[in-house]
Amino acid sequence: MKLHLKIWRQKGPKETGAFKDYTVDNASEHMSFLEMLDFLNTSLVQKGEEAVQFDHDCREGICGSCSLMINGNPHGPETGTATCQLHMRKFNDGDTIVIEPFRAKAFPILRDLCVDRTAFDRIMAAGGFCSINTGNAPEANSILIGKETAEKAMDSAACIGCGACVAACKNASAMLFVSAKVSQMALLPQGDPERGKRVRGMVAQMDQEMFGSCSNTGACEAACPKEIKLENIARLNREMLRATFVE
Amino acid sequence: MLDSKIPSGPIEQKWNNRKFEGKLVNPANRRKHTVIVVGTGLAGASAAATLGEQGYRVKVFTFHESPRRAHSIAAQGGINAAKNYQNDGDSVYRLFYDTIKGGDFRAREANVYRLAEVSVNIIDQCVAQGVPFAREYGGTLTNRSFGGTQVSRTFYAKGQTGQQLLLGAYSSLMRQAGQKAIEIFPRQEMVDVIVVDGKARGIIARNLVTGELTAHTADAVILATGGYGNVFFLSTNAKQSNASACWRAYKRGAYFANPCFTQIHPTCVPVSGDYQSKLTLMSESLRNDGRVWVPLKAGEKRGPNEIPESERDYFLERMYPAFGNLVPRDIASRAAKRMCDENRGVGPTGLSVYMDFRDAIQRLGSATIAEKYGNLFAMYEKITDENPYQVPMRIFPAVHYTMGGLWVDYNLMSSIPGLFVAGEANFSDHGANRLGASALMQGLADGYFVIPYSIANYIGGTSLAPVKNNHEAALGSLAESKARIDALMKAKGGQSVDQLHRKLGKVMWEFCGMARNEAGLKGAISSIQKLKDEFANDVRIPGDEHLNSELEKANRVSDFLELGELMCLDALERKESCGGHFREEMQTPEGEALRDDKNFSHVAAWEFTGKTPKLHKEPLTFENVHLAQRSYK
Repeated sequence: MKLHLKIWRQKGPKETGAFKDYTVDNASEHMSFLEMLDFLNTSLVQKGEEAVQFDHDCREGICGSCSLMINGNPHGPETGTATCQLHMRKFNDGDTIVIEPFRAKAFPILRDLCVDRTAFDRIMAAGGFCSINTGNAPEANSILIGKETAEKAMDSAACIGCGACVAACKNASAMLFVSAKVSQMALLPQGDPERGKRVRGMVAQMDQEMFGSCSNTGACEAACPKEIKLENIARLNREMLRATFVE
Repeated sequence: MLDSKIPSGPIEQKWNNRKFEGKLVNPANRRKHTVIVVGTGLAGASAAATLGEQGYRVKVFTFHESPRRAHSIAAQGGINAAKNYQNDGDSVYRLFYDTIKGGDFRAREANVYRLAEVSVNIIDQCVAQGVPFAREYGGTLTNRSFGGTQVSRTFYAKGQTGQQLLLGAYSSLMRQAGQKAIEIFPRQEMVDVIVVDGKARGIIARNLVTGELTAHTADAVILATGGYGNVFFLSTNAKQSNASACWRAYKRGAYFANPCFTQIHPTCVPVSGDYQSKLTLMSESLRNDGRVWVPLKAGEKRGPNEIPESERDYFLERMYPAFGNLVPRDIASRAAKRMCDENRGVGPTGLSVYMDFRDAIQRLGSATIAEKYGNLFAMYEKITDENPYQVPMRIFPAVHYTMGGLWVDYNLMSSIPGLFVAGEANFSDHGANRLGASALMQGLADGYFVIPYSIANYIGGTSLAPVKNNHEAALGSLAESKARIDALMKAKGGQSVDQLHRKLGKVMWEFCGMARNEAGLKGAISSIQKLKDEFANDVRIPGDEHLNSELEKANRVSDFLELGELMCLDALERKESCGGHFREEMQTPEGEALRDDKNFSHVAAWEFTGKTPKLHKEPLTFENVHLAQRSYK
């Protein structure tokens, strides 16, 4: 395959970036999208040009490192797929592909396509846990949890923290990310003692990190590589109301 | 002489005895001590969180952008624990026995017994954190089976068990970070250990964004930096998993144990082209329902669904009727290789075998199969463009895990006092072959339940004068690290790091992979020596020191080249077959691994000398498990 790439290059957080054009000849349709970028980088390095910087690690859709806006879509055109699991067979010979970083005020660009998503860690530190020290735990089967409830909690817990929801949102809201964690804990009895404190803490930190507000357009759900559902946001709103009026 | 510091007493009492005999640090004094943790996978995150909870000052380093991205996240199938919830004959002793046998009698009994003992606490801890393990309708936890066992003791969260366990440990870590008990340094990589008066007193970290090198001093250092499977270039490890922290510790005096013990996992998506950047695992849990087969006839050209039942060879079921498709990984991998060597392999390259779910789908329905393995099936389809509900998966063995690692004593302390090693980075519990679902168990056992006792015992029992970050040892390490980076940046050759790394990987896979022999290993050592020169002269790293993936890779690959050579040397020296280490010269008439307990019942621990590494042997004694030829027939 022959591909025309328009890739965002930016030296650092404070520098001005711009698109640069590259052509890749002889890409294979069986390559993953990131392997296609590896292939480009090898040819750049051989010419003494700087490699395009992008985040990646597990390359099996679970670590949440990879990002990229591909033709305006976070993680590219396929639904339920992280960039690392996207294959070139989903593109056509001769295509022009525009590749940008995830853009949000809360995700400053570090270089080229790499952004800083540590805001998510700070949100987690503000309440995304059960306060249980090592050694405190009761016997695992002493608290029963129905199969359906456990599975629902698992569906919420499947979030990989990649930030596609933020990149897809016109307000750069982190609501899907935050609500997935709040939902997981709200569904489980272990999360119950701190449910109010948790949702208030995480939402306050989300606002402080300059993520925007949620206007329920559902762009996040459509972009999520793990297909985290919008109902998590509804559950977060319920939890927030409960925390405000009940506790 | 290596002192493994195994506590006295019968095996059931050893860990209790150690806990009682160990020194303690009183809660008010803990905050006076700084502990550095490198790596935030299961072992690192759980150790750091627990030490933070106990009141130590903890500094955590990860080269990832966030602690949650560590490679433990990718573990799929499950975690073992001797809960015996299934009432099928499990016990601490049986988990201990299975692990010793599965490791082909090359692990320390006392360590493995402790691992089995604390396994039950791990499940309690994770459930309390809100880990959504799979459950029965009645609300209790459910289990499945893994290779090398005849009981169901594996706990799981769909095919994302590692993710859920890591997110649990990460949430505890972030809770401590929020309380300022832990300071996290993301995108920072350890490039050296600071050794003062023979003790580990800190690290040199490189900030991957700015390129800056900084000395951080401490009272103890814990390495939880994972395994070195990426020596092979192609493996199931994440792309950035590397051995540099361990290797730099080795060069400062920590012994490297059993480097040749690598695990080749039988069920991975086969290689499809020479652009391939990594291999993807298909969880061992699939062998609960997937039947592995090849055509009976060599050179078969028909598609899998056109081959009738009578012309299929379910070779694992045929060769190992007692364990069937759930034999341990080393045995399943070698059997698959043998089928391909007989020209009965399938797929475009002939280097794969089928794993077929047809019978399970007929028996249970595709909805049940989707519920159990849906995400794995989807992952397979994304990679191969084939639907495993309709055609059998094609699988082939791939490098997955390294049982070898830095040598540690019973307290997980390396041969450098004050330097502890946890999780896959150490060599301790899996012998020559790891059983499925035991890596998660070991990582969390080390981090939650062993390291905290070891740190108290060490700090409580050692006089540690304060060391500032301008100490001459720190400045020396800093200068050496800078010189190393400068030298890499100066090379102006014509090859990218990946190109050179692939060459190393080919040599390792061919000569130090599933089968090894003397001539091959000798040839590999000389090829690697040549490759080292090629790397020094012909690597190219355009750009500067600020956020530069090529520099990061070069830094790691230069260590892989040296480690690869040590792996071959260790494989050459171990003239027996055991577990994943298969010396072609030593096999039974049926082609199984043939151990030589008289001469090789030891841990091979290598010391860096600057020239040929020096071999130290720690004898392994088996007082509880009877040494026997492994049989899964």
